[in-house]
Amino acid sequence: MHIVVCVKQVPDTKIIKINPKTNTLDRRSAPAILNPYDAHAVQAAVSIREKTGGTISVLSMGPPQATAVIKKSIEIGADRGFLISDRAFAGADTLATSYALSKALEKINKEMPVDMIICGKHAIDGDTGQVGPGIARRMDIPPVTNVIEVSEVNLEEKTVLIKRKLSNGYELIQAELPCLLTVEKEINQIEYSPMPNMIKAARYEPVIWAVSDFENVDRSQLGLKGSPTIVGKMFTPPRPEGGKKIEGSVDEQVNQLMDILMEKKDVLTLQSSK
Amino acid sequence: MPEKFDVIVVGAGPAGTSCALVCAQKGLNVLLIERGEYPGSKNVMGGVLYRKQMEELIPEFWKEAPLERPVIEQRFWMMDKESVVQFGYKGLEWGVEPYNNFTVLRAQFDQWFAKKAVEAGALLINETVVTECIVENGKVIGVRTDRPNGEVYADVVVLADGVNSLLSKQLGFHKEFRPDEVALTVMEVINLPKEKINDRFNLEDNQGCTIEIFGDSTKGNLGTAFLYTNKDSLNIGVGTTLSSMIKAKLKPYDLLDYLKTHPMVRPMLAGGESAEYLAHLIPEGGYRSVPKVAGNGVVVVGDAAQLVNAIHREGSNMAMHSGLLAAETVIEAKYRGDFSESSLNLYRQKLYDSFIIKDLEKYKDATHTFENNPQYFKEYVPMMNKAMSKFFTVDGTPKRDKQKEIMKSVTSERGTIKVIQDIYRAWKAVK
Repeated sequence: MHIVVCVKQVPDTKIIKINPKTNTLDRRSAPAILNPYDAHAVQAAVSIREKTGGTISVLSMGPPQATAVIKKSIEIGADRGFLISDRAFAGADTLATSYALSKALEKINKEMPVDMIICGKHAIDGDTGQVGPGIARRMDIPPVTNVIEVSEVNLEEKTVLIKRKLSNGYELIQAELPCLLTVEKEINQIEYSPMPNMIKAARYEPVIWAVSDFENVDRSQLGLKGSPTIVGKMFTPPRPEGGKKIEGSVDEQVNQLMDILMEKKDVLTLQSSK
Repeated sequence: MPEKFDVIVVGAGPAGTSCALVCAQKGLNVLLIERGEYPGSKNVMGGVLYRKQMEELIPEFWKEAPLERPVIEQRFWMMDKESVVQFGYKGLEWGVEPYNNFTVLRAQFDQWFAKKAVEAGALLINETVVTECIVENGKVIGVRTDRPNGEVYADVVVLADGVNSLLSKQLGFHKEFRPDEVALTVMEVINLPKEKINDRFNLEDNQGCTIEIFGDSTKGNLGTAFLYTNKDSLNIGVGTTLSSMIKAKLKPYDLLDYLKTHPMVRPMLAGGESAEYLAHLIPEGGYRSVPKVAGNGVVVVGDAAQLVNAIHREGSNMAMHSGLLAAETVIEAKYRGDFSESSLNLYRQKLYDSFIIKDLEKYKDATHTFENNPQYFKEYVPMMNKAMSKFFTVDGTPKRDKQKEIMKSVTSERGTIKVIQDIYRAWKAVK
């Protein structure tokens, strides 16, 4: 079983600041981390490998320092990693990103046939959730989104049983291998990495590919050139203003609150007054 | 089978990273283990990095290291409630290569420094706590971490695990430090635009100033406060021995608030925005608190070995130099193939022959003297302030009469014999 996990380096949006003038993310204000959903994707691959055996490869696109997220994936338990890094990829939107990643996946698939691709549900800096399904479309394999459990992998039948989260419940489906999953955080808990993984990751040097390493690449589909997305407007939503604060002793507070509620029409209507 | 390294260094602060760097440069197989998210994430110091010991490790480091400002001015304040007596030195020779020292932010500097060790070949592992040394037949043969399959082995383990050094305590090298052997320091990084810092401290770009503040900054307790200039932030902090804090029932954060709102300090911080709040213990026991530093398969460096000169606010430089001496020892031990205590005791010898222990020995009574004689901070600083005020107030009194009056007030407040005793005692403590 060969699983490829696609991972992305993102700024930690929990602490990132927004430049009030340009409304863009001030990337220097936050450390770069492995996209949390992608960490769950790697962990999901590790859990599957425990049952089926095989190899986990991770794939990322980004500047050279994005090797850090590949090393992090090795800590979680991946076997090897590939980074595609080239100026030609810069400025890519989800369409161009899925194209570039699919080219890398073709190359990986040639060397070792891929049975499953796992992505995080979305990246926390863009929140689009489009790259995973985009790759599936380009590779012509079924995309299965919002995955919260991979219950059974049958390598002989080339099938996999998957539980999906829907807005009104769950869906249990069987998909054919190879397929692409995008996973929710609920799928697992990231385990505390064992020491041998840590040592392996510290030593690991990912393979780095440039555009010239790929065959049959249409350069017009890469980077900014291949990105039809236009950002129309960006704004920071205003902070919600705090409501009125009621102070005083408990009795006073209750009385004040009752006064306010009584003043508002249709909030409290006394039965007797009707 | 778990891996075996030549050296495991526990703690990626200045001492551990120095040791890892030098060992890796000599081709040793080094594992550097850090408990923080990244090196520097848990490390605290006022912020002065000395050039000399750093330069011995990385020549011309100032050309690439993330430094804040070269220090060209050092001020000393004897502060009372509404006044301050100042002296200091400012020299442009400190503003050009090779510089004297720099202000730094440790979260950035330590990361960069550890990267240098990694580039030299050391393996760095973050977010991993070493829970104990693995001891077999009286010899340290590795460490156990809090991770699954967490044992790793080495010929030598270097303990650079900081002031509390639970690991050297586990080995029985030292007991729990007493409250008078450690200082508790709290500090804040306050963001302030570069132009304001330059104006307020009379500096130009790439010029820095340090101010050490004695007296009312600690409400007269044994300790000091500091105010250092970074590029576009200030480091302000205050520390006293833990024992003084307990005795005077001080809360460290109250002390820092008191300092920040002190009329002598307040205008320099005005308009600043608090960016970080940090606190740490500093080993200040000095010479008499230095524990056993070498054993079978193990050496202790930096804060873990109590290598801090509190009087001269030197610590990180001693940490780096001790790391270097430990590395030299380990390299020689590797050559001899002998990692026993008698072989590694060469490190102890190097340490005691270096400026580190010599300086600690020089001031071995200083902390004790000042701790037991609070008059130095509590009485003399206000006295100095009153004397200066009197001397420089123009009120028609002849200067000779003023001098007499000042001497009289000093001796009457403290008593002539006591003053002579105090001067002798202080001189003896720092001679």
